[in-house]
Amino acid sequence: MIDVRQLKKSFGSLQVLKGIDVHIREGEVVVVIGPSGSGKSTFLRCLNLLEDFDEGEIIIDGINLKAKDTNLNKVREEVGMVFQRFNLFPHMTVLNNITLALMKVRKWPREKAEAKAMELLAKVGLQDKAHVYPDSLSGGQAQRVAIARALTMEPKIMLFDEPTSALDPEMVGEVLSVMKQLANEGMTMVVVTHEMGFAREVGDRVLFMDGGYIVEEGKPEDLFDHPQHERTKAFLSKVL
Amino acid sequence: MDFRFDIIVEYAPYFWQGLLVTIGVSLAGIVFGLILGLFIGLGKMSSNPIIRLPFSWYINFFRGTPLVVQILLVHFGAMPLFFAQPNAVASLAVSLSLNSAAYVAEIFRAGIQSIDKGQMEAARSLGMTHAQAMRYIILPQALKRMIPPFANEFIVLIKDSSLGMVIAAPEIMYWGKAAAGEYYRVWEPYLTVAFIYLLLTLSLSKLSHYLERKYSTQ
Repeated sequence: MIDVRQLKKSFGSLQVLKGIDVHIREGEVVVVIGPSGSGKSTFLRCLNLLEDFDEGEIIIDGINLKAKDTNLNKVREEVGMVFQRFNLFPHMTVLNNITLALMKVRKWPREKAEAKAMELLAKVGLQDKAHVYPDSLSGGQAQRVAIARALTMEPKIMLFDEPTSALDPEMVGEVLSVMKQLANEGMTMVVVTHEMGFAREVGDRVLFMDGGYIVEEGKPEDLFDHPQHERTKAFLSKVL
Repeated sequence: MDFRFDIIVEYAPYFWQGLLVTIGVSLAGIVFGLILGLFIGLGKMSSNPIIRLPFSWYINFFRGTPLVVQILLVHFGAMPLFFAQPNAVASLAVSLSLNSAAYVAEIFRAGIQSIDKGQMEAARSLGMTHAQAMRYIILPQALKRMIPPFANEFIVLIKDSSLGMVIAAPEIMYWGKAAAGEYYRVWEPYLTVAFIYLLLTLSLSKLSHYLERKYSTQ
């Protein structure tokens, strides 16, 4: 589903990705962990080209992102993204946040888009918030709306960029449980997170990144209980 | 001190005509300044430094030189290249438009750049094009923030239209000066002129407050 080969990316003179190779299968939940500055968010953002990369290849569902005839907007419809800071549109109601892309990109009529939006809000348990503005939502609610919004285009892949890092601790659970539900439905997910419990419980595979490389990868139980590399051990000893 | 209301009464029809000219050139300056300014602001936001250059020098020139000099250059320099008999009102409207475009461009740029870049990213990640994201996500939020600086700029523009006096454009100030010259009086004509400008600028500032309230409650 996702094929990444020798991905390299620099910001000015600082190389943040030094050659990433990874293959992600359909329906797989891949959790990316690592210290801050390890390049994990940049890696995630490259997957829908929010961040351009310098070298290497990314192939999503058979489409090479850098090929000249690739319509990036079409690829992005297939790849939903959830951000650390939610990035809901503050000037629109929750409902309009969700219907906008359906109406403007897919050209659906309003009624059809709203029916779909209500269905997605029900899925994240927030039908009653359809007509409020985002600033009246709690962090957990806002992130659940953001997940519903990212699902509107029925993406095949969902990217999560530290989805619970900006939340108060008591709200982390509600967001993780929505993500768990998605994983159980067979969604292909790439999740950058510091929630090791989630990684262990829901992840099919964990990638540990440091210094622009994938240092170690494996099943959660192997990586967490028997890390091979010194850097992995050092990182895990601080966070577990 | 006697205050000669009869001078104001006698000049009332001229002040009225002057008011229409002032409103006319100010509106022209606002409308064309907005259109031209949006274009220049977008040009200045280009990622290509070669494209950016002429736009930033346009802004440097029109913000960095006195409006009165620009009016003289336009009326006696630029307009005669196109018209045998340059019209002072037209020259004034053109000068005000060119000048306000420079300020409007900077207001647009600052407004757009003040929106969190996560908004653009969220819109793009949903498959929207850059233009769609601008239109539905960035501009509606940015325009709200632009209302106070726009009001500020257009209040300045209304007052600056009085510089049309130097090319004898018959706006309010021109008639104030004429009345002052004819009767050799200061208070009556200039207080009248000041009062009319105050009415215009206060109305604009009320309008701005109304718009701000309207859009802040969503």
